[in-house]
Amino acid sequence: MTETLHPLLEIRGLRKQFGTVEVLKGVDLALNKREVVSIIGSSGSGKTTLLRCVNLLEEFQGGDIVLDGETIGYRISKGRRYRIRDRDLSRQRSMTGMVFQSFNLFPHLTAAGNVMLGLRKVRRLGRDEARAIAEAWLGRVGLAQRGDHYPSQLSGGQQQRVAIARALAMDPKLVLLDEVTSALDPELVQEVLNTVKSIADDGATLLIVTHEMRFARDVSNRVVFMEQGQIVEDGPPAEIFGNPRSQRLAEFLRNTRT
Amino acid sequence: MGYSLHFGAIWASFDRLLSGLAIGLGLAIAAVLIGTFLGLLAAFASVGPSRLGRLIAGSYVMMIRNLPLLVLVLLVYFALPQAGIRLDKYESFIGALALYSGAYLTEVFRAGLLSVPKGVVEAGRAIGLTRFQTGIWVTAPVMLRNALPSLGNTFISMFKDSSIAAAIAIPELTFEARKINVDTFRVVETWLVASGLYVAACFAIASFLRSLERRFPKF
Amino acid sequence: MQVFLDQVWTARWPLWDGFLLTIEIAAAAIACGTVLGCIVGIQLVFAPTLVRFPFRVYVDVMRGTPLLVLILAAFYIPSVAGLNLSATQAGILALTLFAGAHIGELLRGSLQAIPPGQAEAARSIGLTFPQMLAYVLLPQALRSALPPWINTGVELIKGSSLLSMIGVGELLLKTQEVIGRTFMTIEFYVFAGCLYLITNILLDQVGKTVERYAGGRS
Repeated sequence: MTETLHPLLEIRGLRKQFGTVEVLKGVDLALNKREVVSIIGSSGSGKTTLLRCVNLLEEFQGGDIVLDGETIGYRISKGRRYRIRDRDLSRQRSMTGMVFQSFNLFPHLTAAGNVMLGLRKVRRLGRDEARAIAEAWLGRVGLAQRGDHYPSQLSGGQQQRVAIARALAMDPKLVLLDEVTSALDPELVQEVLNTVKSIADDGATLLIVTHEMRFARDVSNRVVFMEQGQIVEDGPPAEIFGNPRSQRLAEFLRNTRT
Repeated sequence: MGYSLHFGAIWASFDRLLSGLAIGLGLAIAAVLIGTFLGLLAAFASVGPSRLGRLIAGSYVMMIRNLPLLVLVLLVYFALPQAGIRLDKYESFIGALALYSGAYLTEVFRAGLLSVPKGVVEAGRAIGLTRFQTGIWVTAPVMLRNALPSLGNTFISMFKDSSIAAAIAIPELTFEARKINVDTFRVVETWLVASGLYVAACFAIASFLRSLERRFPKF
Repeated sequence: MQVFLDQVWTARWPLWDGFLLTIEIAAAAIACGTVLGCIVGIQLVFAPTLVRFPFRVYVDVMRGTPLLVLILAAFYIPSVAGLNLSATQAGILALTLFAGAHIGELLRGSLQAIPPGQAEAARSIGLTFPQMLAYVLLPQALRSALPPWINTGVELIKGSSLLSMIGVGELLLKTQEVIGRTFMTIEFYVFAGCLYLITNILLDQVGKTVERYAGGRS
């Protein structure tokens, strides 16, 4: 058995409704290990919802998400889908890391405390070991000196880099990044993008939702264009940005390019 | 008017006032501890998914907040024995004050819970904490920190309300003051000193709570 | 149950009198307390430090002292000062002092929450200080102080039950008298509790309605 037999993440026919509104209308997407895929599209196209489904923060009504050979979130019994137990959901969630648009750092914990919480409570590491890993990751995102700072004492860019360290310290198979620069002041965007770029260069598998077109082009192996709950185009960045096949993508790119 | 202030008789009984103050504090601490438990339970129920839980928590808060504490105290002390439940006067007062403080604390904790950003809870779930672990390690600390000032104010209120224990002859500060008042007829002095003790105690508690708030970082 | 209802019927007039007295006492205290509280609140915000200080002390002492202590003090102290107050008058005095401090503090908060630009704008069109208060600041402050003001009314109705301890024949004392005669302890305490509950919930509802009305105009 080699790991290349199946993709790391496989999404098949994913459907999701909020009430009567269908936000994901059968999405298929596969990611290989070490691949970096960016999802672009206008707001409301369902790209953030897709990411949240992969991290099981949202329930979905149809389709499968298979992570490293394991179907996550649901089990089938006698032809009916059941959401799995909370404890199992948590274990599956810890296999993916999520970085949020608004950082969502734990305000009562220091930067190091934020990174350590999952290591201690989910991976059950000892305090010293967790601290060593946390410090290593904080150093990795350029915040070695800020371990004892509380989120309120950090800039937005620094907070987001702590959030990236918090996600990566769990050693996830896949990292989900949800518009990680959208809530930042313009002058802080680049430091976060550089951090993401460097973890991509280190071989992490990333699924990125972004509005930063140049960044998507630079960092990704593949770019996916979503609209109205469906994937419209999927291809290498040069092709997506240089030679859009669909009218909708061409229009989207025209409107976003400033 | 020939009334002149003589504090001598008051100082002679000052130790009784002090022990009364201590009893009041003890009653308030015991009641608020139990009330915190009730309040947390009702607060989680009031934001929870169960409609019945929300209804029970809501009715509890509405009933207690609109009922005089004295009526509650008398009901617990005099009426429960009729229903076959025997509590001594300390137990019944602590019980009544716990019920009473629980309703106010429900609202304190409820506001605290609603002040925890949804995204922070999701971040806890995203790193793989279970629902319970997220509650313990993320929601509860943030909520408690946000609720700390109101929690302190509620405790001070309950300490002042411990004076109502005088109605069922618990020898706390107000009860002792009234006795000293009747025994010595040093009316003005008695109530000046009693009020002064309450104000000083409230001030001390408030300062202590503020220093506690400072020790924890603000979010 | 039938026996209890018969007893309620027998005791209907004393209970009704007690209920009315409770309402009257609370109404008198909220009226006097509001006037006092307006004076206190304005002093706390606008008076020079030396004038403000005694008001600050008054508010802090009242808010740090249990209502029951205020009531007992108001009951015992005036007589040695040569003032002969009835128990009811002493009770109203205590509740007024209590309400005055709370409303004063409320008003201070809502006056200080008004953006400073409002006072500057009022000054710039040439209003005098009392005009500015009456036409610009107080209307805004009172509106935002309305919900806690109603809540003070609820607290006063609840607090008036403490007057039973100095022999004022309000609802709770009348209830206790009935219990002394009938020994139906649970029933009559619950009955009195329900009366308080209904009155306070109604008051709360009236407050919400007024608030909606006042809010609709702003």
